[in-house]
Amino acid sequence: MKTINRTLRARTWTLEGAAVLLALVFLVPFYFLLVNSVKPYADILLDAAALPKALNWHNYSKAFDVMNFPRAFRNSFVITVSSILGLTLFGSMAAYRMVRKPNLYNRILFAVFVAAMVIPFQSIMIPLMKVGSWFHLVNSIPGIWVCYIGFGSSLTIFLYHGFVKSIPLEIEEAAVVDGCSPYGVFWRIVFPLLKPMTMTIIILNSLWIWNDFLLPQLMLSRAGLRTIPLSTFSFFGQYTKQWDLALAGLVMGVLPIVLFFLFLQKHIIEGITAGSVKG
Amino acid sequence: MTRKWWLSSWLQQLVFTGPATAAFAIIVLLPFFLGMYYAFTDWNGVADTASFVGFDNFKAAVQDEGFRNSFLFTAKLTAAAVILTNVLAFLLALLLTQPLRMRGALRTVFFLPNVIGGLLLGFIWQFIFVKGFAAIGTATNWHLFNLPWLGDESTSFWAIVIVSMWSGAGYLMVIYIAAMINVPKELNEAASIDGANALTRLRHITLPLVMPAITIGLFLSLSWSFKAFDVILSLTKGGPFNSTQSVALNIYAEAFQNNRYGLGTAKALIFFLVVAAITTVQVQLTKKREVQA
Repeated sequence: MKTINRTLRARTWTLEGAAVLLALVFLVPFYFLLVNSVKPYADILLDAAALPKALNWHNYSKAFDVMNFPRAFRNSFVITVSSILGLTLFGSMAAYRMVRKPNLYNRILFAVFVAAMVIPFQSIMIPLMKVGSWFHLVNSIPGIWVCYIGFGSSLTIFLYHGFVKSIPLEIEEAAVVDGCSPYGVFWRIVFPLLKPMTMTIIILNSLWIWNDFLLPQLMLSRAGLRTIPLSTFSFFGQYTKQWDLALAGLVMGVLPIVLFFLFLQKHIIEGITAGSVKG
Repeated sequence: MTRKWWLSSWLQQLVFTGPATAAFAIIVLLPFFLGMYYAFTDWNGVADTASFVGFDNFKAAVQDEGFRNSFLFTAKLTAAAVILTNVLAFLLALLLTQPLRMRGALRTVFFLPNVIGGLLLGFIWQFIFVKGFAAIGTATNWHLFNLPWLGDESTSFWAIVIVSMWSGAGYLMVIYIAAMINVPKELNEAASIDGANALTRLRHITLPLVMPAITIGLFLSLSWSFKAFDVILSLTKGGPFNSTQSVALNIYAEAFQNNRYGLGTAKALIFFLVVAAITTVQVQLTKKREVQA
């Protein structure tokens, strides 16, 4: 028994060692990114693997100004948060109605929403530009908001649809007997019960919208409306190979979403597990 | 009475499903059908008129060597990235379902790269491949790190595969861990008493039971690689010599750089048909292999 225990423990230690080694390999890019973001350009060229001799924050202040970081952050934030609010509200309402009133019209509507999930964005982006100019959606935050509601509603409705089905009808019936309107039933009773799925939907959509590049690139050409990915892109266009500034800019660009993940990681990992269990 | 009921029922339908449906119809359905129309025209994106050209755009798309090559590249990239990312994710999940002390921290580390968006991811790795690898190469003298990463066709290909693995493995790992935790312990214990070793148990117990998760993992990684755009744009810009131009990049360039919107929409329609076909077949195939515990 003792030898079995010992081999078992040795095995666990080997696995632990292998896992830690792999984790270090995964972290190497972060090391390069952070270390070089505080070096003067000459030191990066000399040896990118070395630790910095001094902390050179100048890179950050310069990149901060050139990227207009506060403006980019504000744009990204406003677009992401408002789109998520819209998607959560409109998506849950639509899914609720489709589950509770499964008439022919609603069943077809749901099927169309689900089928559209296989349409890749790039296959409709060209005519979307035309539609965008017809409806005056180009170069406006409300315009891109409508786009995110449109593109995000398929998955959001699909996920909510599955979840609403698991909510017992009796609770709603009791509320109706007590004189609650259909809208009140949804808002006061059903929507709070959807909370676990709402968390999943917030997380999946915020990772997508915050990091999205192509849609804003097409819709928001005005500099004042640039999101973080857009301002990083144009920053790189101006300072190609100026790695000292570029890396500082990248660190700032990555930081908000990394912090978001570190603070909410339990919910994020649960959300991803729940969101992927489909089909 | 019935009229009033009918009205309020339609009002509810409108309030509940209206906003999502309207946005979806304008943003997804309208461009989708409009694209089907433009694909048969010589539309240049600016003019209000477009004349009907029949199947000319599709002929031109099929004859376009750049487009064919982009399909070939995307297919190769998808094959390599899907297999390697899923294998890595599966191994990470196996490792992290063992009783390790640092399990929580390790899971965080492996997942972390995934939250970085494609565009910034590509820029970060551009630095790693150009400057970081060179520094490691000088320090260790390993040939692998002294290769001209991003400089020639085959290393650029593998560079994109590496970045895909780094960013995708953590996400798939989370899905595999969730599936592995649900494999009943008794099955493994019983098999172990019957003399099955770890490899046999993995093959005959874990693997069949996590098949639904593998379906999801394959489906997700397939769609990531097939639609790859941001990460390639920022890592290689499709170069060198367009050798890493994905289908998405090719469509983008055709429409927004060459201003041939008609041809671009025809390519986009072909792209859509291929993506839809592959995902349907893949889900059907893997679903057949799922078993219940």
